[in-house]
Amino acid sequence: MAKRIVILGGGMGGTLTANLLAKEFSRKEAEITVISASPRHVYQPGWLYIPFGSGDVTELERPLESLLRKEVKLRIDRVVKLDSDAQTVSLASGKVLPYDYLVLATGSVGAPEMVPGLVEAGDHFYTEAAALALRTKLADFDGGRILIGVAGLPYKCPVAPVEFTFLLEEHLRKRGLRNKTEIRYTFPINAPFTIPTVAPMVEARMLERKIEIETFFNLESIDPGTKVATSLEGSSFPFDIAVFVPPHLGADFLRGHALADKSGWVSVDRESLQVKGTSNVWALGDTVNLPISKAGSTAHFQAPTIAAQVAGAVRARQVAGKHARYDGHVMCFLEAGDSKATLLDFNYSGPPQPKQPNFAMHFGKLAFNSAYWLVVPSGRV
Amino acid sequence: MPDLQNISITSESDARGSFCPGPLMELIRLVRAGAVGDVLAVLSKDDGSKRDIPTWVAKAGHEFLGMEPFENATRFIVRKAK
Repeated sequence: MAKRIVILGGGMGGTLTANLLAKEFSRKEAEITVISASPRHVYQPGWLYIPFGSGDVTELERPLESLLRKEVKLRIDRVVKLDSDAQTVSLASGKVLPYDYLVLATGSVGAPEMVPGLVEAGDHFYTEAAALALRTKLADFDGGRILIGVAGLPYKCPVAPVEFTFLLEEHLRKRGLRNKTEIRYTFPINAPFTIPTVAPMVEARMLERKIEIETFFNLESIDPGTKVATSLEGSSFPFDIAVFVPPHLGADFLRGHALADKSGWVSVDRESLQVKGTSNVWALGDTVNLPISKAGSTAHFQAPTIAAQVAGAVRARQVAGKHARYDGHVMCFLEAGDSKATLLDFNYSGPPQPKQPNFAMHFGKLAFNSAYWLVVPSGRV
Repeated sequence: MPDLQNISITSESDARGSFCPGPLMELIRLVRAGAVGDVLAVLSKDDGSKRDIPTWVAKAGHEFLGMEPFENATRFIVRKAK
């Protein structure tokens, strides 16, 4: 009888894993089911450009079904409970789905309500609706104070606030508003970015563009009445527009689950990606509690390991080959404004050594954004 | 100094080999998610942590309990004070 492999989540990690497993197994060996709360697969990195008027949100999504191999069964439903002892997943429709092997790829969700005042007075670009709202607000903006930062940890796509700041500066300059606008970029640690090999380049480029930098700024609250943002370190700044990356949480059915912490981050082995305390459950991407970037590329590089691990378990064979263990590989483009970008490419054993931002990498990123649909979910790259 | 050997750690993050978000971001994450009084620890192989972590803990008004060698890294221990 075919083994039942269930994958929770239809984002980058879940879609790619499903397709890799469908290529690996015959229908007799395994039945692969993806459960997704949404029938859409969204390319979230594209939201970064929406506030500046570039890009059409409808270009950033495809029907999930169109991206899955025909051997994969898709069920649109929401997971309400995971019972890893009984090996069942309960769905909002009332259906209880048994599994032999399970992959958790439910990702993360922004939770701006965790910070007082953020929903009322803050903006962000971490959902389609928020990115469009910020587009409208920026279009009406005619000068003032814009404050940028990170409202909670962890958050998805660590480079995004840096990229947003550079793109905003360029956008305002081109509209003739730059000398009427104070841009203040804040960051939680004592540098403008997390990686010591990257932070000096970010700092120099921001200072060159007269962007104010405030480090050690972890947003505690926003007063929507006075429009002042205060950090837990005690500093406060007034603003006209405050763009803060919201805090993120794991899927709601995982918050406080025995396999996860109270925020919903699932505990996995950092190389096998097997969920701790289980023999038949794996997790990848934003879903896990590893101290590495929550980013699409992380899930992209982890999916082949999940496929190899699940294949080894189904066939009761030792897992071997280049994808047997995940090496911490992450690759992120960093948009630096003025049609220049660089690339951060690193793993557990070494930090990135990025080149100076250049035109080629910017156009490389744009090409990747377009090529994504063809090459990533299918596992071609 | 507190006796680090006998202290009970509420939660710990193994941030060895973490370049992004990195050990200090991991510690801030634990502090933000924890309750007042929790003892939080982070493992780091980054030499910069020896300077950055105590500096942030002092600035944010928490209590730096100390650091100790652990395998090929250092364990930093902090109490959430407010």
